Amino acid sequence: MKYQLEVSNITKSYGDLKANDNVSLSIKDSSIHALLGENGAGKSTLVKIIYGSLTPDSGEMKWANNNYSPKSPFQARENGIAMVFQHFSLFESLTVEDNIILGLDGIGLNENFSEQIIKYSKQYGLDINPQQVVGDLSVGARQRVEIIRCLMQNPKLLIMDEPTSVLTPQEVADLFVTLKKLAADGCAILYISHKLEEVREICSEATILRGGKLVQSCIPQEHSQKELAEMMIGKKLTELARTNITVGENIFSIDNLSRKSDDIYGVNLENIALKMSKGSIVGIAGVAGNGQDELMELLIGEISSPKSTLNFNGQDIGALNSHERRQLSMFFVPEERLGHGAVPDMSLDENMLLSRPDATEMTSRGVIDWTKVATHSKKVIDTFDVQTPSSRMLAKSLSGGNLQKFMVGRELIQDPELLIVAQPTWGVDAGSANNIHQALIELADKGSAILIISQDLDEILSLCEQIHVLSEGKLSDAVDMKSNGLEKISQLMVGGKKEKNSKLIVGAKTDD
Amino acid sequence: MIRLIPRVENSTAMVLLSPLLALTLTALSAYLIFIFVLVDIPVSSVFFTLFIEPLIDSYYFSELLVKAAPLMIIGLGLSIGFRAGIWNIGAEGQYVMGGIAGSAVGLYFYNVEALWLLPLMTIAGILGGMFYAGIAAFLRIKYQVNEILVTLMLTYVAVLFLSAMLQGPLRNPSGFNFPESRIFHDSAMLPIIWEGTRLHIGLIVAIILSLVAWFGIKKHMFGMQIKISGSAPRAAKFAGFDDNKTVWYSLLISGGLAGLAGLFEAAGPAGQLTPGLPAFYGFTAIIVAFLARLHPVGVLFSALLIALSYVGGENVQIEYNLPSSITQIFQGMLLFYFLACDILIKYKVVLFKTKN
Repeated sequence: MKYQLEVSNITKSYGDLKANDNVSLSIKDSSIHALLGENGAGKSTLVKIIYGSLTPDSGEMKWANNNYSPKSPFQARENGIAMVFQHFSLFESLTVEDNIILGLDGIGLNENFSEQIIKYSKQYGLDINPQQVVGDLSVGARQRVEIIRCLMQNPKLLIMDEPTSVLTPQEVADLFVTLKKLAADGCAILYISHKLEEVREICSEATILRGGKLVQSCIPQEHSQKELAEMMIGKKLTELARTNITVGENIFSIDNLSRKSDDIYGVNLENIALKMSKGSIVGIAGVAGNGQDELMELLIGEISSPKSTLNFNGQDIGALNSHERRQLSMFFVPEERLGHGAVPDMSLDENMLLSRPDATEMTSRGVIDWTKVATHSKKVIDTFDVQTPSSRMLAKSLSGGNLQKFMVGRELIQDPELLIVAQPTWGVDAGSANNIHQALIELADKGSAILIISQDLDEILSLCEQIHVLSEGKLSDAVDMKSNGLEKISQLMVGGKKEKNSKLIVGAKTDD
Repeated sequence: MIRLIPRVENSTAMVLLSPLLALTLTALSAYLIFIFVLVDIPVSSVFFTLFIEPLIDSYYFSELLVKAAPLMIIGLGLSIGFRAGIWNIGAEGQYVMGGIAGSAVGLYFYNVEALWLLPLMTIAGILGGMFYAGIAAFLRIKYQVNEILVTLMLTYVAVLFLSAMLQGPLRNPSGFNFPESRIFHDSAMLPIIWEGTRLHIGLIVAIILSLVAWFGIKKHMFGMQIKISGSAPRAAKFAGFDDNKTVWYSLLISGGLAGLAGLFEAAGPAGQLTPGLPAFYGFTAIIVAFLARLHPVGVLFSALLIALSYVGGENVQIEYNLPSSITQIFQGMLLFYFLACDILIKYKVVLFKTKN
């Protein structure tokens, strides 16, 4: 019997919004099928329908040539359809084995359970110890537990939602080996992602959704990454290129900056050193949790730094607070949007006032001119294509990507000489990410310096001409990219890092 | 089934409607309570004495304003601090300390007739309250001690300190050992603004202060600093605001205004320092601030409303022998319904049929 899923003409609406509008796709057995689309394109809705947690308004599905209309995920699992969610559902205080037992609906339990787990783990290269407590495992290992849990139900179709968004490059490579083996053994895989390079690497077919509608089903290898991205977002992407790299004199330097973290779970920074010239884009790569947050706090000036460790335009700025640093034309975009770079319960107008309101004459001697504030926030909204009904909307009501555009725009209209930005495109869809990158490049072309702290290696590689790696609170020298640069970066990123602590992510964008 | 769905934008209509709804619900609940409790007395006449008489009888109305003035002044200070997430719940103590400090100045210059005396007493009152709240600010910044506990507990200290002062240095030398101060002489008394009543200049000061506070909060970066520090402390750091300063500002302003109200009470309606100075205004002002949704102009109106419950409550005690807790029941219900109705600003209620 051929295990093949045929989805025809599925429509699902929420009020006026058609989350899925007449979508069809077909997944052949033993294939890895990509489901591509931006945030809000309808991927999740479609997958939830297949997995039985939503019922479609119209349309039908066929599974192994039989009519298939699951009323619950339980029914889907009975039919051999399993799913690994982006957010794991594991009990941290229990062992791997207990977690797997709990997820099995009581099927196939016997005394040699632990051996079965080891059997699957060997067969598919999923390195796992059944007796280990889940709380001690890295994100990658937790994902392996989820996968084994699915495999023990002998699925014929495995749905994976953004599986690589939380993995290191090595873990991604291991996962791909597993997936290929699974497919070879006859299990179809529905692979949801918006990372096109991966899709081109392992998927044999791709279905692209946009705004709830099916755009195209294609073979991903027949299209370039750019073409796929343009299908996803429905418009042309601008080619990113520096028009004018004139590296000028030194503008910002960090010398021998060390700081012990106040938080016992924080990372201590050791002897951070970095030099930046005017017109340059410098990148700091690294897996999250290696000191990025701590470094950013010092750079913004939320915590003051020791004497002569931070130097901007010949001035020691270590003791200045963020407002005083902005007065010298340093601007910042922190990683955390809600609660750090923006106040969730305040309007966009009010949020404009976080960054140098005096410079744009939104305030004079502390008195706020609300008309001018509205003019400026309108300017940011228009220039950076922020999707919002009005500037009076609360920051928390915007999607992550739109708020990010607003925050980057708010700093960019100040024409910074130095912009320090963490995770500029975290959770931002491909089209908006492209716009933000374009804006950064234009700023550098005008002669400003930009420091990008990002876990997204692709982003750093495509934008930065000087790349450092932050690992365990230590910053590497600039990596010489001329020979084997990528390999060196990878090594520096994992350098001596214990598997247990490697929390996150390289080259990843997550849904917000 | 009823479900609350978050609104995308706060509802302006509800901002205005929810207080009216809360008032209606309070009145309705009061009506129900009275039906069960009252024997042989018509509910309508109790209602009249409670809610209407204080508004139409000129004496009661003046008393209403006398009671509203300190609530306005303290409520204003608290509303600023609460915006910043600094929970000064010991305004009562700062009110007492302000009263003591200001009165001490007045008594020191006893029988000195001078125009500068009242301003001097006012300043002493403000400083007394500021000093007392400043203790909490200092402990919070230096040793991370929770300001809620410090301000609350210091209230009891203040009341005992008042008692000690009245048994000692500030006691009336010719007062038959009663724990009361001398009666202030004319220069140390607040000017009366409504002849024949006890209504003093404090009401006008409260209105002016409310406008100043409104400007500071709506039109000045000071208000933004307070608001941002309260709702997103990390964003406040990002903007470059000094969080220690926010703590100082919040406590010194609320403490200073409570101290001012304390002095006004001593140099106004009381005319002397007595053990009866702490009349719970400091705690009631917390309700006032929240009823006004921490809005500086709204505080004026919520203070009037609470003052109405005081005066009306006293009247029904006298006329119908009802228990004094009537006042507290009303204040409690008012706050409860106000907070409950405010949910309609951020959420809309949707009725739907359940499946099956």
